Amino acid sequence: MALLRHTKANMTEREALTINPAKTCQPIGAMYAALGIHGCLPHSHGSQGCCSYHRSTLTRHYKEPVMASTSAFTEGSAVFGGQANLLQAIETIFTTYDPEIIAVHTTCLSETIGDDLVQIIGKAKEEGKIPKGKRVIHASTPSYVGSHVTGFSNMVKAMVKLLAEPSDIRLRKINLIPGWVEPSDMREIKRILGVMKIDATMFPDTSGILDSPQSGKFEMFPEGGVTVAQMAKTGANCYTLALGPTTSLSAAQELESKCKIPSETIEIPIGLGATDTFVETLRRIGMVEIPKTIEEERGRLVDVMSDMHQYFYQKRVALWGDPDQLVSLTGFLCDLDMKPVYIVTGTPDPTFEARIAQAMKGRVPNAKVRQGPCSDMFLMHQWIKEEPVDLLIGNTYGKYIARDENTPFVRHGFPILDRIGHSYFPSVGYVGGLRLLEKMLDAMLDNKDRTSLEESFELVL
Amino acid sequence: MKTYPTTEAVRDELVKSYPAKVAKKRLGQIVVNKKDEAGLVPEIKANSRSIPGIISQRGCCYAGCKGVVLGPTRDIINLVHGPIGCSFYAWLTRRNQTRPEGSESENYMTYCFSTDIKDENIVFGGEKKLRKAIQEAYDLFHPKAIGVFATCPVGLIGDDIHTVAREMKEKFGDCNVFGFSCEGYKGVSQSAGHHIANNQLFKHVIGLNDQPPEGKFKVTLLGEYNIGGDSFILEEIFEKCGMTLVATLSGNSTIAQFERAHTADLNCVMCHRSINYIADMIEKKYGVPWFKVNFIGAKATAKSLRKIADYFEDAGLKEKVEKLIAEEMAEVEKVAADVRTRCEGKTAMLFVGGSRAHHYQELFAEIGMKTLAAGYEFAHRDDYEGRNVLPKIKVDADSRNIEELDVKADPVKFRQRATPEEMTSRGVPHRDYDGMMPEMENNALVVDDISEHETEELLRIYKPDIFCAGIKEKYGIQKNGIPCKQLHNYDYGGPYAGFKGAINFYLEIDRMVNASVWKMISPPWRKNDMPELEADYVKT
Repeated sequence: MALLRHTKANMTEREALTINPAKTCQPIGAMYAALGIHGCLPHSHGSQGCCSYHRSTLTRHYKEPVMASTSAFTEGSAVFGGQANLLQAIETIFTTYDPEIIAVHTTCLSETIGDDLVQIIGKAKEEGKIPKGKRVIHASTPSYVGSHVTGFSNMVKAMVKLLAEPSDIRLRKINLIPGWVEPSDMREIKRILGVMKIDATMFPDTSGILDSPQSGKFEMFPEGGVTVAQMAKTGANCYTLALGPTTSLSAAQELESKCKIPSETIEIPIGLGATDTFVETLRRIGMVEIPKTIEEERGRLVDVMSDMHQYFYQKRVALWGDPDQLVSLTGFLCDLDMKPVYIVTGTPDPTFEARIAQAMKGRVPNAKVRQGPCSDMFLMHQWIKEEPVDLLIGNTYGKYIARDENTPFVRHGFPILDRIGHSYFPSVGYVGGLRLLEKMLDAMLDNKDRTSLEESFELVL
Repeated sequence: MKTYPTTEAVRDELVKSYPAKVAKKRLGQIVVNKKDEAGLVPEIKANSRSIPGIISQRGCCYAGCKGVVLGPTRDIINLVHGPIGCSFYAWLTRRNQTRPEGSESENYMTYCFSTDIKDENIVFGGEKKLRKAIQEAYDLFHPKAIGVFATCPVGLIGDDIHTVAREMKEKFGDCNVFGFSCEGYKGVSQSAGHHIANNQLFKHVIGLNDQPPEGKFKVTLLGEYNIGGDSFILEEIFEKCGMTLVATLSGNSTIAQFERAHTADLNCVMCHRSINYIADMIEKKYGVPWFKVNFIGAKATAKSLRKIADYFEDAGLKEKVEKLIAEEMAEVEKVAADVRTRCEGKTAMLFVGGSRAHHYQELFAEIGMKTLAAGYEFAHRDDYEGRNVLPKIKVDADSRNIEELDVKADPVKFRQRATPEEMTSRGVPHRDYDGMMPEMENNALVVDDISEHETEELLRIYKPDIFCAGIKEKYGIQKNGIPCKQLHNYDYGGPYAGFKGAINFYLEIDRMVNASVWKMISPPWRKNDMPELEADYVKT
């Protein structure tokens, strides 16, 4: 009995129907990014269902409280505009919950009716609804453009646009824009920066917020996150290093044009090669020596890559998710001599195929790579039906394919609704690379132990 | 024994930090359950707008329509016309279980379908893309039916999904295509979506097949969605009693069941809020009466089964029902007695849904736990105060826009199974629901559409032993060291319906309120910190 019993190998081209998407909509990305600001309440300017769905999905992914509010549009507001709703929301939020900052994002509803957030927030200020010292920022995130990744990117850009202050001073400090990675990854990036003695402001930063400890007392605004004051000073830092072009390039460019801060954008440091680039870039920017600790961490990763090479070699992999993650993962898999043969993202990104090709360096000649409309998990599953793979890497929805096709499966990306770990253990850096290796080996070797014949069942692997 | 401030004082405390206008509105929805001598309960201002910014539990109209009512049916392709998110978030997240008959039988519940509309569709309209998507779905899967769901922007740009659906239905000939105008901004909560789903199923599906299944006692189960396998338990109970389940709306269901739903002789309503419309309409058009049942709680299950047996006035059925109750209750009582030794006297709060905050109070009572406060997320006054308030409910602007179908008796198919008088003479009620408040203790606190702020205040003031809510509330509540039981998705457990479900629930609550982890939150080096030291010092 198959879970996805209607999926067959024979391909039909689809133009209008998306089945089992490999993306979701902008506002949830904006909400996740806004949670990386200290003392911030994300606010969804739309129907209350949007906010409810986004909070639910983020909560299932993190098993943590995800606080956000909504303008709660009714049919009346859909006709007459949502100004009254947003004004009332701002007043109610500051009076009741007292955040430092509200980060408003739009939805398909408020975008379609054309609400002007600049004007509405201006009015809120005029009417004294925004207490002194508090901030309200906003990003335009229509659900019918791009994907959740676009929404994340737009909110990070809005943080720069509305909070960074141009300065004549240049501090010996850099800006680090981590891209859409997990709280664990952000914590790891900060650790690497610390080990390399590079002073940095990282934004957004969800560590400490979406992995907060059980203390017996709920804090609506936990300790983590980049503060509004730190964001203001990003305009005085001397350099910006952005990770992941799809998510972080626009914020880096905004900082460059607004505050004249030189920037560069590299791939997210997942896997050996991308982490090498990251570390070398930090060395160059910070004019520091690469400490022995980091080189040892690299050595441990390479050690496992060589020790366990036989289990990776030539293994066919299907992966789906977000462009930045997929590019770095692809590079890592190729460095392991694996074959990432099917790669799918629903996020439209014109740079995607070229970046994947660059990561592959010709090592997977027959790979199928798709991005944008109708590039979905149904398509990928059809490819798998045509010619199977040895490993699946992607979000939780892959478990249906994994079970039907009896294929080892590593959960990576967003959302992961049925396992923990991603918020606590990083996948970035050399340490993160080790974790990915462990997860892939566990999945593939557990499968080998379960399926091998009795006579070839091995004690030592 | 814990002592609490008066309920009136708590009520004031909950709204203290709101802006004045917000506080005034909320006080209409926060009620002290003071019953008068006739047992009448006070009025509650339910089914009204949530205040922007307040952080409510509620979702939208689309969630109630597609997610709740249509979600659990396996052989309809539910195609969401809108940007990708709406369909994505409702993809497999409600835990509706289903059992296809065979390995080739249709099951689309594991799939997510969307037109994924883009900005050019917003500008130039999305009907063309919708038409194409329906065609592609038909070509790929040849389903029996395709449901089309409108999302917020689709309503605003004026796509006529109903005309598209009708045209495609005519074109295919062997596939029922129908639309739901369930844009997220309609109504004030999921509730509007339930009503819209009811209307469209009644218009386009129910009544298409007049051939009833074989059986002497033909019933439907309305408003049971098979979360965590509840429907499976109930199907087993009905079968053991010799009753024929004509249709369930909509747990573990197929469209064929819906098409023949009107051929039952009795409609049993579980979730009154989400499905009473269909129950009423079937009665008007086809003459099938309904009454409220509740299969959450062992005693409630027994009571509901007896009610059904009384309706059919059949000695054989009554005997089977009594035999089943006797068999099942032995085990139920054994487990309840054991669990009671660890749970008796503990306290619960329930803030969830449109019927569960009521139904689950029964289960807590069966293990000796007291409900301090409760409220619904999206219910109406009749779910709180009972259906006798229906004539008094004022229809406001938000409800007026939800269509009320004008249903008349079908000249051919109407057959009155039992008159209200006959039902009275059989000792069973007709179209009854007394609501949650009459069954709650005098002076208990009732809060409609509770906010995050009010939730935190209640936890602080009452420190209940368990709080029941949903996924968004769960981890914030638990950070306070108080377990939260999710009553939307059962925390991936269940089933909780019927006798076996009751046992599952007792054991689950026992696990949660007595879990070791709650005693380990403070590290050992903090256990001897000031407060307890002081307390000891004061004692000596």
